[in-house]
Parts: sequence; structure tokens; C-alpha cells
Amino acid sequence: MKIAATSISLGFGLACLLGLAAESAAADTSFARIERGRHLVTAGDCIACHTAQGGKPFAGGRPIETPFGTIYSANITPDRKTGIGAWSDDDFYKALHRGIAPSGAHLYPAFPYPYFTRLRRDDVLAMRAYLNTIDPVKSQPRPPDLAWPLGYRFLMSGWNQLYFDEGDFHRAPDKSDEWNRGAYLVQGPAHCGACHTPKNFAGGDKTGHALQGGVIQGWFAPDITNDRRTGIGSWSGDEIVEYLKTGRNDRSGATGMMAEVVADSTSKLPDQDLRAIAAYLKDQKGEEPAQPESPSQVAMKAGAAVYSDSCSACHQMNGKGVPGMFSPLAGSASAQSTDPTTLIRLVLEGGRTVSTDARPTPSSMPAYGWKLTDEEIANVLTFVRNHWGNVAAPVEASKVGAIREKLQETSHASR
Amino acid sequence: MSGSLRRRDVLLAGAAFASVSLSGRSDARVYGGGAPWTPGIAPGLADVPQTIPGGDFKFFTTAEAAFIDAAVARLIPADHLGAGAKEAGVTVFLDRQLAGPYGRAERWYMQGPWHDGTKSQGYQSRLSPAELYRAAIRFIDQHCRQQLGGKGFAELSTDQQDSVLKEIEKGKLKIADIGPHAVEIEGAKGPDGDTFFAVLMQNTIEGFFSDPIYGGNRDMVGWKLIGFPGARYDYRPYVERHGEKLDLPPVGVRGRPEWKDQS
Amino acid sequence: MVKKLPSVDVVLVGFGWTAAMVAEELTAEGLNVVALERGAWRDTPTDFAVTFAQDELRYMWRRSLFQEPARQTLTFRNSMDQTALPMRHLGSFLPATGVGGAGIHWNGQTWRFLPTDFVARSHNEARYGTLPEHMTIQDWGVTYDELEPFYDKFEYLCGISGRAGNIKGTIQDGGNPFEGARARDYPNPPLRMVYGPTLFAAAARETGHKPFPCPAANMSRTYTNPLGVTLAPCTYCGFCEKFGCGNYSKSSPQTTILPVLMRRDNFELRTQCEVLRVNRDSSGKRATSVTYIDTEGREFEQPAEMIFLCAFAQHNVHLLLLSGIGKPYDPKSGEGVIGRNYAYQVVSSVDVFFDDKIINPFVGAGALGVGIDEYNGDNFDHGGLGFIGGGYLACWNTHGRPIELHPVPKGTPKWGGKWKEAVAKSYLRTATISTHGAVMSYRTNYLDLDPTYRDVHGRPLLRLTFDFGENEHRLSDYLTDRAAEIAKAMKPREIHAKKREGHYSVVPYQTTHNTGGAAMGSDPRTSFVNRYLQSWDVSNLFVMGSTVFPQNAGYNPTGTIGALTYAATDAIKSKYLKNPGPMVQA
Repeated sequence: MKIAATSISLGFGLACLLGLAAESAAADTSFARIERGRHLVTAGDCIACHTAQGGKPFAGGRPIETPFGTIYSANITPDRKTGIGAWSDDDFYKALHRGIAPSGAHLYPAFPYPYFTRLRRDDVLAMRAYLNTIDPVKSQPRPPDLAWPLGYRFLMSGWNQLYFDEGDFHRAPDKSDEWNRGAYLVQGPAHCGACHTPKNFAGGDKTGHALQGGVIQGWFAPDITNDRRTGIGSWSGDEIVEYLKTGRNDRSGATGMMAEVVADSTSKLPDQDLRAIAAYLKDQKGEEPAQPESPSQVAMKAGAAVYSDSCSACHQMNGKGVPGMFSPLAGSASAQSTDPTTLIRLVLEGGRTVSTDARPTPSSMPAYGWKLTDEEIANVLTFVRNHWGNVAAPVEASKVGAIREKLQETSHASR
Repeated sequence: MSGSLRRRDVLLAGAAFASVSLSGRSDARVYGGGAPWTPGIAPGLADVPQTIPGGDFKFFTTAEAAFIDAAVARLIPADHLGAGAKEAGVTVFLDRQLAGPYGRAERWYMQGPWHDGTKSQGYQSRLSPAELYRAAIRFIDQHCRQQLGGKGFAELSTDQQDSVLKEIEKGKLKIADIGPHAVEIEGAKGPDGDTFFAVLMQNTIEGFFSDPIYGGNRDMVGWKLIGFPGARYDYRPYVERHGEKLDLPPVGVRGRPEWKDQS
Repeated sequence: MVKKLPSVDVVLVGFGWTAAMVAEELTAEGLNVVALERGAWRDTPTDFAVTFAQDELRYMWRRSLFQEPARQTLTFRNSMDQTALPMRHLGSFLPATGVGGAGIHWNGQTWRFLPTDFVARSHNEARYGTLPEHMTIQDWGVTYDELEPFYDKFEYLCGISGRAGNIKGTIQDGGNPFEGARARDYPNPPLRMVYGPTLFAAAARETGHKPFPCPAANMSRTYTNPLGVTLAPCTYCGFCEKFGCGNYSKSSPQTTILPVLMRRDNFELRTQCEVLRVNRDSSGKRATSVTYIDTEGREFEQPAEMIFLCAFAQHNVHLLLLSGIGKPYDPKSGEGVIGRNYAYQVVSSVDVFFDDKIINPFVGAGALGVGIDEYNGDNFDHGGLGFIGGGYLACWNTHGRPIELHPVPKGTPKWGGKWKEAVAKSYLRTATISTHGAVMSYRTNYLDLDPTYRDVHGRPLLRLTFDFGENEHRLSDYLTDRAAEIAKAMKPREIHAKKREGHYSVVPYQTTHNTGGAAMGSDPRTSFVNRYLQSWDVSNLFVMGSTVFPQNAGYNPTGTIGALTYAATDAIKSKYLKNPGPMVQA
């Protein structure tokens, strides 16, 4: 009987070595270097943005929504015409370090060069060496659909002057090696702040608010500072590691965009990297949010009725959830996040936690958009955000309505 | 997140009747690389129920609706315990059911040849539920007019109505005997009155006790009558409260009044 | 025009419990597995989410998750002198369609058969003498002890909640003392108990019985199974049987296997693909492929090295008959094996009406209840009783869904004001004791192809010829009488014993425990598959599920189906893959 080959997860490095490596100037194709490059490409989750739905890995073309229009990601396979096969190592480094393409054109900062600029040159070239080992794919991504004047790439130089802080990563000598490793990963390849740092009107990071949570592509990427209420201050380091490794811990589960990050990136990183990220995040001070306004008792009462009938089977009357399956809401940072966008979205369209080898069960939140009115959703979220000792601003029905409308517009277009 | 189009079971009456039939099943699909899932805000992405639209009858004529109103009011009458089937909206429920896939026997095996069969072989009429109701109502009304002073079933006194219903229940009336309305059935007599009665009683109980989204059980009167708390999903706090009358307010799939702001 | 597809290692016909188990086991061995399912994809958050799963009309009465007779049904008659007529809508049993099969809408009552059940003929003959000539029960060709590790494996896959009664021969307090010895306790403690079963337990003890919490595939706590798949605690919502669980609390392929299986690159599931026949080579000794049709009417031929029939019990038989595999059973001569030894379950109940006790039937779970096993199998002396076999008695609190459950005392009018009053008074105050009896197999209870009626693809429908025998009526009456005695000891106002009378009927729902038609055994003249569920005739063809039961025992079948499946995959892994061919020499 023939037995099918199972090349599920092994043998990749070997395939790389035997593959078509040495087309570019990246001369050093040693196994260790390519492996380091693979590791960094994984940490950077490059595959997520550079792969279109149903497309070949790294061949680009995935639409990236920005506040200014839609950008389509580049083909970063070694194809010489449509990919980056013809780039020199210097070209590649310049793109990551300065956000400038070989043609001299400025790249849009949806490509997170403001983070990759922290990468060491030898790390960047290791990533290049790894990318050279993947199959070249001929595929020309479409040009961006941006609102004027952002379609003019040269204007990006002005943006860069304002918001781009070019430069290598600098060790903090008073911190541990682990902390520094975490800082390098978070600020550099993993580019956590690209989502988790709030953005200003021009899409640049709000300085002084690193990792305090931001809205991106219709989700609120939560505060991941050590703030105890809105951040992850109540999480232990081990819980952060568990979350990144398995997509789940007893406090939360990765859904939405973070589900992809876990699936493609953090679940594949070595534990020591995850521990380093945890050590660094646990040392990030949040900003105590202003005391929010109190909710109305009418909203709380109606919200409590909806909660007891519609939510408590999973999240429990005491808000403690079912560890590892259904997230707790009592004391939850997501529940108390300053911006309720993600909460509203989850209630409207449902959500599913990522499935990983360690935690294969994709526990799900069903969609309530068909069942609950804007007002009922606003009330139940206001209740959740202000019960069991939780404190957060009430949710307005109008905000639910706006997100509902936006989801209805985009849900069909994107699938 | 592979986009898995879903077959949407349309349960209810309304404009969408014709859109779902057995032939309307979605394409064969291949699944692999993880369980599929698509977030869904609109019915159709998730396989969610729809509330029936109100308004005119979709199936019954005015006269048929009057017959059903009268009949279900005898099967589950309004009394000192509260509303009966008529007040609970069972006629609307039945109307929407008969206008939909159930009325058309869409899931039933409806190929001949037709034989009466034995009791243990079950339903063997070639009539779909909708056809059965239409034929039975005409027949019973005609029977009443002939036998009971020219009055249709709905116009009879409640005692007379009860007598007629008992006759039907006991199978004394053969629906296939109804002259010009006789159903053309090859080699078979057609359903007895008791077949129709059993269907009517079952459907009346369905309309009285099903979720209010289907048009019956209005204000959850059926559930309140017996103490069923409805579409709740969590009784863990009550498992060991042995012998206690819980008096939980019933909840429908679409909620209960307390979900609205009570300012 | 049939399109021929590239060959795979394994093809599975149907994708419910047994297929998911086989697929998981064999993909883990590195085999390429393709499953063909006639229904659609189904999963918790989309098809039976907590937001709309509690809908009695839709799921129970409009049959949302069940097989559509319009596409496939069977014809039925009680005896060979009658003309079989189509079962036009579902009633007595409720097969599923769609991914997960009936594993989605079962209650979760997960039992092991007794050691004596597997040697039903030799044991009963040794104890009671010659059995009636027309009773065709037989030994299974496998023993309880041989199956024990696989019962264990299935129970740990599912996370069964229960209390052991016999661990390695030591009787355990509070468990079922009659069960066969088990290697270890259940993976989860019993469910918490509601009032009705608690009253039953007290009355059962008082009348000299040993009540125990019934084994349940409803989670008594959060559970992660050996595959790493997690289930959540049951919320006692009372929407189990006929419903999908919205809360990840009832074991099903979706909640125990699919999260892992669907991630494997060497597994592929094709839905809305209905297998029409199994094809063989010219020797007839080797299955080469299956032919299937999709919803557009396109036909495909899928070659495979191994073929597993994993459809619902009688559908496997139907497919074998349509494929001309195995010798069809002839009730006149008693020869042939396909269609032989069809059996079922004989059930009855006793309603127990209280004035002063609130039972709250809606606080329920599919397998939440207390049982006694004194009257099952050969746990009691049948001398002078005139029957063999038995069944368990249980007071379940499965649900309080009112279209289905509105008990009224005996003598209540069937409609009108008095009926309404009785329903209103009894709903919260009634407990029910169920009896769950074995059905033996007989020469004249069998399956074959109907000469007249056709399915949606133009194939002959399967024809079921079946009735309860004297053994079943005596057995069921005996169990009902015992139930009535315990019911009276519960000190109610009145009871209503509902015996199973007359002929078997396809109309009222009884159980979906259809068995037999391609029995397992140790003799190819009376069985179609060997103890590893491998066809004697076609050694790369395997038949899963209750299709292989030579007769039915007094328990729900799923636990035994799970054990037989794992026993088969174990043998396939350790024997067949190394040396494909017959694993047992006839």
C-alpha cells in the first residue's frame, strides 16, 4: 500500500537548501542564516500581509485597508520581474530600513518600515536570504486605490519627516538581556505597535502612547501596556506566553486580526522569544485613562436582561467565563477597552478564536447582528463594561449602528 | 476564513418561499486546511431564523381562516386559565406553515403508487399538508351545511362544533367522499377524517407552544400557561433547587419585553 | 460521463461519528483520506448557535437536521405478506444528513454492552436451552474484554460523565454494579442531578435496586480530550436530542475530532456528494472505487485502496445491495447475509404524576438521569419468564420542550378545556421512567430492495420488513411492570404506564437505534464482516456502525459503535497496513 508523504511541518529547511537559492547577491546561504531569516520573517508575520486570500504565499496582492484608501501588498517572492528577485541586498535593506524602493519611490507606511528600521542589517539580510529560498511566483499586485493626495508617493517624504524615526535598535543597558530581546522583537520585526499604538490623523504613531491601543481595519487593537484595567497588567508573563503560543489563555482568546498573527507568527516562535516579548510588555507603563462617565440605570437594567438571556450560558452570570473556552468579561481588559469597536464588532458578526496545534478547538462567539437591535447591543455592552467592578464608558447605539453599516458594506465586497 | 456559502433553510412564510427547494441546495464543496468559518452579520451568512412578516394571510382564504379560528378555539379554548389557541395566533402560525415548505411537504417522499396501507405504515395520502387542509376544510364545511341547517363550521354553536370535531376525530367522516372535491387518488380512498384531525391537533399544539417568531404563542401565552421558560440556554443555577417553582419569565429567540429600555 | 479522480488511500462514505474516528486514526498514520458526505457542512457557531438553537419547531418538528425522505427513505411493512409502503415522513427514527451525522443531534446516552451481550446465543443457550427456531441471534465474534480498551478510548474521546460501577472487578459504590469490568473510571464525574431522577433513585433503592447516574456525553465540567480538543460544561438547557449543542457541551464529531482532523493536510472532506455504489475489480474480491454524484448531477469515480462504509445503519446495507456486494439475504431459505438480522429497540414509559412536587422538566440534558440495570441482558434469572434479554430502566430529565412533552393523566380527553387544564397542571409536576429494551433478530425481520419505489436518483428504495416478536412484547411488558412498581414507590398521585402494544409502527418516535443488515461474526455464512469489521468477501472494504450488530442489546448503541470502530482501526494499523488482505481467515 502506498503511504502518502506527510510534509506537514518538517523538512522545510532542507527544501530551502536544495532550492534555488543563489540568484541574488545574498551569498551567504548557510543553513543557520536562512533559518534565522525564516525565524525573523515568521516573527514579522510577513506572510499575513504578503499573501492574498487563496493566493500563493508571499506573492502579495492582499488588500490592506488604511484610513486613506486601499493598498495592495507587494510580491516578495524571488521572481525577478514582479517580485524582489532582482533587488540587491542594499535595495532590500533600504526598503526595510528607510521605506524606499529600489526605484527611489517611497513605500507607504502600511508596510511597517517605521518598525523594521530597528532591525540590524545582518538580520535584514538573513530575512532576504530566507525569502530567496521560496518559490518565485509571477504575480503583479494591483496599484493602490488611495485618496488624493496620498496617491503621490513623493509626499511620503514629508510624512517620513514628521513621523518616521529612522534608526537602529538601541539596547537599554540597565535592562536584562531578555527584556532587550523582547524590546527588539516588539519594536522591530514583530511591529506590534503598527496595530496596538494609536494613530494620529495622518496614520502616524501617536508619540508617547506606544502600545496603548488603536483602531485598525475596523478592529480596536487593544492596549497591551501593563495597565491593570485597560491593558494586560493583570496577566502574568506566563499567561502572555500562553496566549501568543496557543492563541488562548484563561483570560482571552485571539480572534480577528490577532488570530492570524498567532496562527502565522507567534505560535511558531520559540518560547524564549515569547518570554522576552512578555518581559518587555510587562514593563510598559500605560496611561491611566480618564474616569469615564457613568452609565444610565435604564441602559444597565435592559442590558442585564439581555445579558442573562443571551450571554450568560457561555460567559456565566458571574462574568468569569469558562477558562480556555469562553473568555471572562469580569475584569477583562478587552471588555473595558477605551474604544468599544472590537466589542461591537464581535457581537454583531461573531468571532472565532484561532485554532493552533496546542489548542485546536476554535471556540466561537455566534453573530448577534441579526438578533439584537443597535440599542440592545449598546445596552448589553454598557452592562458588561460596568458590572462586576468593570468601569468603562457606556456604548452608544449610534456607534453600534455605524459599525453595523460599515460591516454590511464591506462584508460582501471582501468575500 | 474560507467563504463557505451556506444553504439557508428558510423556515418561514414570506417572499422567500420559492427560493429554497430541494433543488436549490448549494454546490458540492471541498473542505480542508481547518474548519471553515465566516463572520456573518446578515441572515444568510449565518444560518439564522427570520421572524415571519405580519399582514394578510398567505395561504388561507378568509373563510378558511374563520374555520381554523373556530376549530383551534375548540381544541385549545380560551378559559379561566387564559388565552386559547385562537388568541395565541395559531391561525396565523398555520397559515405561514401551510404556505411554506411544510405545507408543500417539501421534505416528504411524495411519489406513487398510492395505497392506504396499515396504521403502522403511517401517512399514505398523496395530499401535502396544504392540500389536506384545503380539502378537509371544504369537506367539513360542506358536511356542516348539509347536516346542520345550512351553517358552515364557524357559524355553529360551540357544542355543535365539538360534536363535529369528535366525528372527525373518530374517523367517521371520509374526506375522500366529498363529491366534486374528491381528491383524485389512484386506488386509494384518501385520508380519513382522523388523519386530518391528528394533523390539525399536532399543528395546533405546535402553534401554541413554538417560538413566537413563527406567529403563534403570542406573548408566549402557551409557555406562560405551563411554566416553560422558553429559549433559555442556561439552567445551571437551578439544577439542585429541587421542587422549587422557579417562575422564570419566558424568553423567545427574539427576546422578552425586559430587553427593551423600560424608562 | 463519469469523471475519474486521482486515487487516494482511503475513502469514507458518509461523515458522522465513525467516519470522523476512522479519518483521525488513519490520517495520523499518514494516509490520504477523503470523506464523502451527502449533506452540508455544519458547525456550532453557524448551524446551531446559542442564539437560535433552542427552537423546537425548527429542529424537532420541521426536521432541520434530519434526513429528507424526499431524497431518501425506505419502504416498510410489518410482515412478508404485506405490501411495503414508503415512510413518507420521518417518525419512528431520525437519521441525519450533513457533517457529523446523527452525532450532532443525539442525546449523549453512552453505554457499554454487557459481556454476555456479545455471546448472546451461546450464553443464553447454555443457560436456558434451545432458542426458538426463528430467532437468529448470534455471537459477535468479539468479546467484551477484547473491546474494553476501545470502549475506554471512545469514552475518553467524548469525555463521558459518569460513575464507574466495576473497576477491574471491584464493584464501586454508586455506579452500575452490573457493568463489565472497566480499566478505569469515566473521564468526568456524573452530571449534577435534578429532582425527578433523585426521587427515582430513592424509590429504586427503597425497592432493593442499585441506582446510578447514567453515563452522559454531556460535560459535567470543562474537558480537554486526548486529541487536545476542549468541550465546555453543560448548561442543562434541555435542547440535546434532535438539536445541535450550541455550547460545545455535547460530544459530537464537531466537538471532539474535527478541530484536529480538519487541520490535517492529508484529509479532505467533500460535502453534498452522495455515493451511488461501490465498484469492484473483475475478480469481485477487491473494491476499487466509489461512484458519487454531486448536487449538480455530475458523477465522479473516486478510486481508493481502502473503502469504509460509514453511513447510517440501514444506508450501508442499501449501498451494499445496490452495489451487488455480498449475498442478499433470502428469508425463505435463510441464506445470504446482506439485509439479515435487522433489529431495533423496544421502548416504553411510565409517567409519574405529582400534586406536590415540582419537577421542572426543562432543566435537562440529553443523558441526565438515574438508571438501574437489574433487568438488563442476563443480569436476572429469566427462568419461567418466556423471554431472553432485557433493558435498563431510567428516569431521564432530558428536556421540557412542550410540543413534544405535555404529559396528561390516563383518561384525559385528547383536546378541549379539560386537556388544556390537565396539561397546565401536569407539565411541571410529572416525571417519566423509561424502559429501553433489547430486540432480538429473527428470520423474517430483514432488509432488501423494494420492487416498486425509487429514490431521488432512481435507485430502488430499501425495504424494511420488521415487527416486534413475542420476546420483545414479554420483555417490554416485564420492564414496564418493574418501572410501574418503582413509580408507585415514588409516592405520586397517579401513574400512567404506557406499554408498547401491537405491531411495530413507523409513526411515533421511538429511537434511532436501527441495527443489523450486515452483521459481524466469525462465520461468513451468517456474517458479512469479521471481528475487525472487514468484509469476508472484499478484504479492502469495511463496514462501520450499528449495521454490524447481529442483534440489539438493551442499551443505546453509540458506545459500542465507538468501541467497534476503534477496535477496527487498531487492527488496521497494526495488521492490515503491514499486510493488506484478510485479517481473519474464514
